Amino acid sequence: MRLLLARGAVLASGICLGGFASAAELKVEAGDGAAEKLVEVLISAQPGDTVVIGAGRIELTEGLSLDVDDVTVKGAGPDQTVLSLKGQTGSGEGLLVTSNRVVLEDFAVEDAKGDGVKSKGSDQITFRNLRVEWTNGPNEKNGAYGVYPVSSKHVLIDKVTVRGASDAGIYVGQSEDVIVRNSRAEYNVAGIEIENSMRADVYKNVATHNTGGILIFDLPNLPVQGGHDIRVFDNDVVDNDTANFAPKGNTVAMVPKGTGIMVMANRNVHVFGNRLSGNGTTHVLIGAYPKDYDDKNYMFVPRGVFVHGNTYGEGGNAPDGEVGKMITDISGSPVPDIVWDGVTRIPEYLSWVSAENRVYVDEAEGTSFVNLKMLSQLLLPWGWWPDTDIADYKGSLPEPQAVKLPQDGGA
Amino acid sequence: MKIRGSVRSLIAAAAAVISLGTPAQAISDTAILATKPPKQLSEFDFFEDAQKQIPATGVLPFRLATPLFSDGADKFRFVYLPKAQPAKYDPVEAFGFPVGTALIKTFAFPADHRKPGEKLRLIETRVLLHQTDGWQAWAYLWNDQQTDATLKIAGAKVGISTVGTDGAQLSFEYSVPNKNQCKACHAFNGKITPLGPKARNLNTDYAYASGSENQIAHWAAAGLLSGVPTPAEVPAAADWHDATAPLEKRARTWLDVNCAHCHRAEGPASNTGLFLTFNEDVPVRYGVMKRPAAAGRGSGDREFDIVPGKPDRSILIYRVESTVPGIMMPELGRHIADRDAVKLLSDWVASLR
Repeated sequence: MRLLLARGAVLASGICLGGFASAAELKVEAGDGAAEKLVEVLISAQPGDTVVIGAGRIELTEGLSLDVDDVTVKGAGPDQTVLSLKGQTGSGEGLLVTSNRVVLEDFAVEDAKGDGVKSKGSDQITFRNLRVEWTNGPNEKNGAYGVYPVSSKHVLIDKVTVRGASDAGIYVGQSEDVIVRNSRAEYNVAGIEIENSMRADVYKNVATHNTGGILIFDLPNLPVQGGHDIRVFDNDVVDNDTANFAPKGNTVAMVPKGTGIMVMANRNVHVFGNRLSGNGTTHVLIGAYPKDYDDKNYMFVPRGVFVHGNTYGEGGNAPDGEVGKMITDISGSPVPDIVWDGVTRIPEYLSWVSAENRVYVDEAEGTSFVNLKMLSQLLLPWGWWPDTDIADYKGSLPEPQAVKLPQDGGA
Repeated sequence: MKIRGSVRSLIAAAAAVISLGTPAQAISDTAILATKPPKQLSEFDFFEDAQKQIPATGVLPFRLATPLFSDGADKFRFVYLPKAQPAKYDPVEAFGFPVGTALIKTFAFPADHRKPGEKLRLIETRVLLHQTDGWQAWAYLWNDQQTDATLKIAGAKVGISTVGTDGAQLSFEYSVPNKNQCKACHAFNGKITPLGPKARNLNTDYAYASGSENQIAHWAAAGLLSGVPTPAEVPAAADWHDATAPLEKRARTWLDVNCAHCHRAEGPASNTGLFLTFNEDVPVRYGVMKRPAAAGRGSGDREFDIVPGKPDRSILIYRVESTVPGIMMPELGRHIADRDAVKLLSDWVASLR
């Protein structure tokens, strides 16, 4: 009833916020019946409404979902308003958004049985000042993704904290025009992962104590492929030292502990101005998709990668697992700051790779690098050696334009 | 767990008898088209005798060759079409129903699954209403007296206590879906859509009061369906329990009905790239040697959705077997595993080369 009254009051006073006939504030306070009320409010909300969740803990047994356009869901802060899914018995995620122009801000989602907060097919989705966490720390039984926009457009992820995801803390999949900034990803398998997505800016984030800090991937057999135009800059990618706890079968299960930034497949990826240190396998790893697959449309090698102006601290001293061994068998130890597997397509190997598709490295004096030339290793096992001369890779690529989002004052 | 033909005939016969003696009652078109759904199911006037699930005149019962598994619930399905407007036949997707159509489905559990149709407890009735701006989905929860059902926008949990076909006690918490959860399955390119009434799954006999007849033929003859091709041209899904049907067809039909509402290019799980529609003919797309995209712990440490010949290495089997949220598939609408389906799918995967 209170909801109806609130809406009525707004109408009566003639206020019309944001151009909507009704722009009510729908309040949900923690306490008895809060879970059911929250479910109901998210269903009955009208475009323009704000759902305000008070401070306190709400224990949910089912995941929440929002399918109404132009709704803001706002808590009292990421440590004040906590939606706990410890007792979840149904649904695949903590909160699922399937509508457009939605803002989620100032609350926490804890211990979801599947993914934390997901948007599917949303246009203009904002995740701001959220905390998504599995409170028992890294564990393979934790949910896969913390903040999880997929098949979405105009995605803004700002000031979120994600801990404990058994796949990626912040995972952007098959999406277009994406900003991930000012966020913190720690104790996940992958801190931040941009996968099969177009036009993404990842900046001013901290990725620490994950298995791998920031991953830019393109994978086969998905409806959207050919990720491109990604800028990863001004991030702190430090001390990624958590053992890989992803369940086998997931792509990130192959990421070695102590990977800073990894670029796998994808096109036109720019990695610059980041601060990397304490990553035991290597700071920057560039490589082809290493597994077998059945997909004629898939480009398995990275095309056009430009790594420049980053700062590198200590690292490469503790190469991990199979990948770590594969690298050190060639590079020796410690592993250089930047590692490229050197895999190209056979026709290009036999001729040349065009300028826009090459890997370029332009770093300060003293930065170490290796091209593992793994294709040569395969084709010419007796007449092959890795290339550690970083000067050979100098050059540059035109940088993609900054991503602009309508919900962020952009076009 | 199916309602046997004999029980169905009995109900249909009873319906016929009653409709002779009672004046025809009008279905509430107003309730179907109202922006706010009625609080009580009875306000639609869909039933002559709701407790016995005997429909009012103008409301036609139907069955599906292979139904969705819903914790083993018995289901009563009905369609109501507004006057003189047939649905439009479609060879692949759900029929094109006119505005004003209602699809009605009641979920019930018998006291003992070994005695199907006996001592039924009605749990919920879900309605799909075709309004001018699209379909609406609502669930109504039956009261303890079984006299009427009440709208539950936020869903509900109901304790079920019954006896399984193996004679063992079967107790679990059943979920009545909230409105968004209805759409979590009934979504086609983001719009609510019916799932059951497709040509292939309706192309089977029903024991009408007038005698057993093919449902497509019956609908066409009754003027409820237009554009029907010759019987030979209407596709037919397998009855997945029918051991005489080809294994592959039974398994693919089960996947089509239980998974493909999400796992298709137009469905909520499109991002996985795993498409389980019956007509998907690219093996990697229906899971053969396909690596998971977003399975998380649902992978169960297995590498591929389907490894031919190896059900115990196939993620698909692991997730259909599971009852753990975050692992189990489908992720909504069930709390117990469909053992027979696990067996069928395992046999099929084992048969693949």
